[in-house]
Amino acid sequence: MPTKIEKDIVTGTDTTGHEWDGVKELNTPLPKWWVWTFYVTIVWGVGYCIAYPSLPWFKGLLGFSQRAEIAQRMEAAKAQKGPMMERIRASSLEDIRKNAQLFEFARAGGRVVFADNCATCHGSGGAGALGYPNLADDDWLWGGDLTAIHETIAYGIRNADDRSRNSQMPKFGVDGVLSAAQIDDVAEYVLSMSNRASNAQAAARGKPLYADNCVACHGEKGEGNREVGSPRLADQIWLYGGDKAAVVKSIAQSRAGSMPAWAGRFDEATIKMLAVYVHGLGGGE
Amino acid sequence: MHGVLETKGGKDGSRTEPVSEVQLYADRVRVYPKKISGNFRRLKWAILSVCLGLYYLAPWIRWDRGPNAPDQALLIDMTGRRGYFFAIEIWPQEVYYIAGLLMLGAFGLFLATTLAGRVWCGYACPQTVWTDLFMQVERLIEGDRNQRMRLDAQPLSLAKAAKKTLKHAAWLFISFATGGAWILYFGDAPAMVRDVFSGEASVEAYAFIALLTSTTYLLAGWAREQVCTYMCPWPRFQAAMLDGESLVVSYRKHRGEKRGSYKKGASWEGRGDCVDCKLCVAVCPTGIDIRDGLQLECIGCGLCVDACASIMDRVGRPRGLIAFDTERHLRAVEAKTPYRYRLLRPRVLLYSALVVFIALVMGVSLFFRSTAEVHVLRERSPLFVALSDGSIRNDFTVKILNKARDPLDFALEIEGLPAPTIKVIGLEDAGPRPFLPTPGDGVATYRVTLAVPAAALKGEQTEIRFALRASERTKPIKRDTVFLGPRK
Repeated sequence: MPTKIEKDIVTGTDTTGHEWDGVKELNTPLPKWWVWTFYVTIVWGVGYCIAYPSLPWFKGLLGFSQRAEIAQRMEAAKAQKGPMMERIRASSLEDIRKNAQLFEFARAGGRVVFADNCATCHGSGGAGALGYPNLADDDWLWGGDLTAIHETIAYGIRNADDRSRNSQMPKFGVDGVLSAAQIDDVAEYVLSMSNRASNAQAAARGKPLYADNCVACHGEKGEGNREVGSPRLADQIWLYGGDKAAVVKSIAQSRAGSMPAWAGRFDEATIKMLAVYVHGLGGGE
Repeated sequence: MHGVLETKGGKDGSRTEPVSEVQLYADRVRVYPKKISGNFRRLKWAILSVCLGLYYLAPWIRWDRGPNAPDQALLIDMTGRRGYFFAIEIWPQEVYYIAGLLMLGAFGLFLATTLAGRVWCGYACPQTVWTDLFMQVERLIEGDRNQRMRLDAQPLSLAKAAKKTLKHAAWLFISFATGGAWILYFGDAPAMVRDVFSGEASVEAYAFIALLTSTTYLLAGWAREQVCTYMCPWPRFQAAMLDGESLVVSYRKHRGEKRGSYKKGASWEGRGDCVDCKLCVAVCPTGIDIRDGLQLECIGCGLCVDACASIMDRVGRPRGLIAFDTERHLRAVEAKTPYRYRLLRPRVLLYSALVVFIALVMGVSLFFRSTAEVHVLRERSPLFVALSDGSIRNDFTVKILNKARDPLDFALEIEGLPAPTIKVIGLEDAGPRPFLPTPGDGVATYRVTLAVPAAALKGEQTEIRFALRASERTKPIKRDTVFLGPRK
């Protein structure tokens, strides 16, 4: 309860008139620098509200917009990369590889695009997963030189694009071409090519069946055929698993992995950068 | 002075009622330091000249580093990420040398304070140096203490306005030179000066000039001793740095008391040497009375020593009524006990040892530092690659920093693996001992793949070592890492 405002003897300033158990509160004025700074912030705040979009319907006198700013910065970044991107676009894949500057730029740019678009299936660093090829190894379904990798990225595999890579393995079990026992024998024979067979007799029985049904695409010694994307069966790399159950399933139901075409989504230079990056993961030919 | 229990005394010395409030806020009392000459003043001028001379002129020293390298002796190149100090070139990752310098500075400061109080504050601190310069300018334009006090008390007149304008213009000029010199350490000095005056310098350059111009003007022109008393933490822990054997500016009370005014020819019997002229107070840049003893505000500049010496000379008494002295000595004199100055105390030895140790470590590491640095990073995705023939491949990123001016080819050897197949992405036919070209004063990054047959691996993890050497004569740089394979 305010009582009497009186002058304090020591400081010469007034009290607030409040008193608690004999303790009086001094009404010391705020330092002038503080008060003036406070006034300046108010003036500044008003000016800010007029200059910048401060209300839902008011755009501000400066016409500032964060959206426009980000668009502008994206344009600037694009313009900055422009000359290099143009050089990449105009150069052949082989020229990019031979020019240290272009090569570094392509690998750095390719890494970013790969992480955003390809890593979902192929894993960061191209590690792959079951059913999604490892891009760092030396096993290539459709070819591992720069041109082949470039084509695969641009048009994809088994998609709606006319230029996409295409092939279809018959469903030997589902379509009744081979019996379950025969499939088992062929699986044993396939595994024997990479010294994984557990039943030599079954493998021997599977050999003529393989010769009749599989050789056309997978080759006599299981060397595969990159023209049609048929995997090498005589190596240690198994896209869908290398145990017998997985091989049996592959023969009975067939496999047909698919990859989208990127030609429509990326410009030419970006696809070239991706090809150079994937080629440089370690397995490029 | 501030925050102490003060008593209001009557003019006759009789005490009136004590004021019991502790003053938490005190109005600033303007300090008008009087001009004085003497040994400490001369020392102060000498140190000031050296410090300011170094600051303003050092960026202009040239140092030839050959082509494609800046020829400025002292340069911090922010965009190129290099620090140049004469023959020494520092890369960003060697910033620990800066830490070493800071430690040297800190322990050097502790050592100086333990020996002779706050001499850093009084002689070499930028706040003191620039304030001193600003005070001298003020003195030249407005006159000495009394004239300045009179001028400030006068109502505004044309003459007063002219003097004040001239003073602030001079202060601003010095401030601008100070801010301008700062940026010269961050670029080629002649080019920077040209750019600044032709309006072509960067926004950052102008911003830093503006910042340092305003801080110099405000701190040295207006804030002055307030910075030392209220802003700087150093005075607050001087008590912890000093001991009874530290030389600090002291009033020798035993000699000075009982003080009183002195008429020429009067006897010195039964009184002290202090003639209570208050010249020591008038010359003090922080406006304190040293006769009250060592205080927070005292920056240890010794100007009061000079002031007192001039008075003692005039009244014919020996100098040294105010002097750099130790607390123990003063007590010993009062107690009439023998006393010997002790320079070597444990803390002096400790600080000296630390200074020497850090300087040695820095010197040795600078002398023996390699001009190349190598980093080997394992690829973690995938951890390893199984190849079609069953062998196992691991991928690494090798980063080579070549701090020399000339390009170098580093020969790469792998230890710990039986005949691995080495491939370097981007280099054709690298061979078993590939050469990795590295540009001069630059960084080269290579992706290196190592493959070995699975049978050659004894376990999941094999310790291996990358060894790179620039020539047969140099010691190879070795980096340990691991080669991973499938679980056995």
